[in-house]
Amino acid sequence: MVTVLTFMDWLVMLVYFAFVLGIGFALKRYTRTSTDFFLAGRAIPAWICGLAFLSANLGAQEVIGMAASGAKYGIATSHFYWVGAIPAMVFVGLFMMPFYYGSRARSVPEYLRLRFDEKTRALNAISFAAMTIFSSGISMYAMARLIQALHVFDGVFQALNIGPEWIFHASIFVSALIVLIYVFLGGLTSAIYNEVLQFFLIVSGFLPLVWLGLADVGGWAGIKARLDAGHVHSWQGMASPETNPLGVEWFGLVAGLGFVLSFGYWCTDFLVVQRAMAADSMNAARRTPLIAAFPKMLFPFLVVLPGLIAVALPGKPVAANVLHGGGPVLTAVDSVLWRGLIPPKRDDETGQIKLDRYGNPEFDYDLAVPMLLLHYFPTGLLGIGITALLASFMSGMAGNITAFNTVWTFDIYQSYIRKQASDAHYLWVGRMTTILGVTASVLAAYLATRFNNIMDLLQLVFAFVNAPLFATFLLGMFWKRVTGHGAFWGLLLGTLAAAIHHGLTLPRGAAAGIKGGWIAVIQVYPSEMAQNFWTAIYAWSTCFVLTILISLFTRPRPDSDLAGLVYALTEKLSESHLKWFARPETLAIIVLAVALLLNIVFW
Amino acid sequence: MELDIRVPIGLMFAVLGLMLVLFGAFSDCSIYRVSLGINLNLLWGAVMLAFGLSMLFFGRRGTAAHRTTLGSPEGRLMKTQEKESGKKLPSFRPN
Repeated sequence: MVTVLTFMDWLVMLVYFAFVLGIGFALKRYTRTSTDFFLAGRAIPAWICGLAFLSANLGAQEVIGMAASGAKYGIATSHFYWVGAIPAMVFVGLFMMPFYYGSRARSVPEYLRLRFDEKTRALNAISFAAMTIFSSGISMYAMARLIQALHVFDGVFQALNIGPEWIFHASIFVSALIVLIYVFLGGLTSAIYNEVLQFFLIVSGFLPLVWLGLADVGGWAGIKARLDAGHVHSWQGMASPETNPLGVEWFGLVAGLGFVLSFGYWCTDFLVVQRAMAADSMNAARRTPLIAAFPKMLFPFLVVLPGLIAVALPGKPVAANVLHGGGPVLTAVDSVLWRGLIPPKRDDETGQIKLDRYGNPEFDYDLAVPMLLLHYFPTGLLGIGITALLASFMSGMAGNITAFNTVWTFDIYQSYIRKQASDAHYLWVGRMTTILGVTASVLAAYLATRFNNIMDLLQLVFAFVNAPLFATFLLGMFWKRVTGHGAFWGLLLGTLAAAIHHGLTLPRGAAAGIKGGWIAVIQVYPSEMAQNFWTAIYAWSTCFVLTILISLFTRPRPDSDLAGLVYALTEKLSESHLKWFARPETLAIIVLAVALLLNIVFW
Repeated sequence: MELDIRVPIGLMFAVLGLMLVLFGAFSDCSIYRVSLGINLNLLWGAVMLAFGLSMLFFGRRGTAAHRTTLGSPEGRLMKTQEKESGKKLPSFRPN
């Protein structure tokens, strides 16, 4: 049995495409000014911003990657949610949003311009613009590879007499074109509206999957019975890196992931912050990340659990031939090698199973979710499942594109290329930038197919740039003494510290080079994750200390310049008029309490 | 914003749900061997249809309520002030 999509699955996909594009066309006539295009007119209610905040982050890499990590490491993957997202989301909503939204800045780099100076903004704007393009390209590449590996479109391409390599090209071009059209027409509003639609679609595609999977393996108790203890406990064994699957000790996890990386992403990345900035009031902007935190907390059940289910199932070779292009190539040896539903990795050219350095087969964990979809979904619902995957990819890409648009137009074009122009001109530039951004992402995707190493290197560089960012924002928002020179040099040297730390350390078992140790190896970490977390900790601390020192030796800006930008010089928000349950603080306490409870339950 | 997002979402889910329900009702039972014998199309289609219809219901009601505020100059002024100050002003009720 080769899984082929039937008429029904295609129809589902077409309906989705029609609605996504339809929203773009419907919003076109409301998109008259640059504020409409880039800031969604600052008129979006909190719940919509909240879901878009979440959905922009819910790219294909998250859906595929978190399930892969769940299959590989187990429920400890939930640390990326309950430790690595929730506290930061609460912090950005309660403490940082008053400055982002209240300063009327149109982007995060623009806030840096208002608070510090031109060079700090330029540094952030340029690195951020480059990063969004490359990450959208890389995720496009990953998705196209995945669709190719699923072989669900093979039948159609065969019928049309087009070679199978065109599945890759078609996946990239069709999805890029759709994102291009709806962002071009309706700007940020269109992206946000579609993100909300995509959010519900992703949930409706994954919920029945988890439900059936759990019913099949006998619920959480069944998973516990079938997998080893390391897979089903999130905190047990975190005292030492040797006793847990992640290879990180609790301090590295909490400080590296829970503090530096997570706050650096959720509190300073314009991709997500832009969604809150589009809110229709200060209160709505502050509630945006808090509203997003509720579904975010429950996402491990939607995206990590499928990974666990996939490895808990007994290795059934049903879908095997799907992976091999339809031929009956499954042998007895092959089926033994499968880990649940997860096939071993194969070499692209020889077709041989890849082995790690201990001679054990490597597994293609990225296929966890797709394999589950093929395993459980009948035609019809399979269309919903595949469409949900496409939707997750598009929401992530549109998030990158809209953030790129705004930063490019306001922080690069308007600041350095053409300062005084009409609003209509900037609206036009924004639309052209959408075309530019999508084209550049497609090019980046093709760059990834040819030079995998360059992509790895770029991602590494971006990680270095991101690691110290939160120190700059934290100091900038809560201490008025910090100067532009302090911020700029702190950021730059923090990035340098990250690079040096990476150059001096190596994860166990890796060869010096792209994995680290390219200067000299003075420390070996038990895992790559531990190395990443500690790189971030060093970068953040360097930036934090140096920003303070340099600021103390440079001239501060007068208080009058900083009103509304720094905690001490901003009028406190009065919320006495709000009912207790509508206050962001109440939401924050509930969110934190539930997150704590989840950590305890899955201890 | 003039377009209430709940309307297109509701419409899409209603259409998809209805499609799945109809397909589930008339499809051959053998395709449900993979889904543990459960007619997932019929079942999940019904859930999606119900979700879509409730979104449509609230969306249409919400749009009507929204229009009355923004339809008058006072309403628009109130919205602007609310945005500037970050405060929710007492709502404007006609007698």
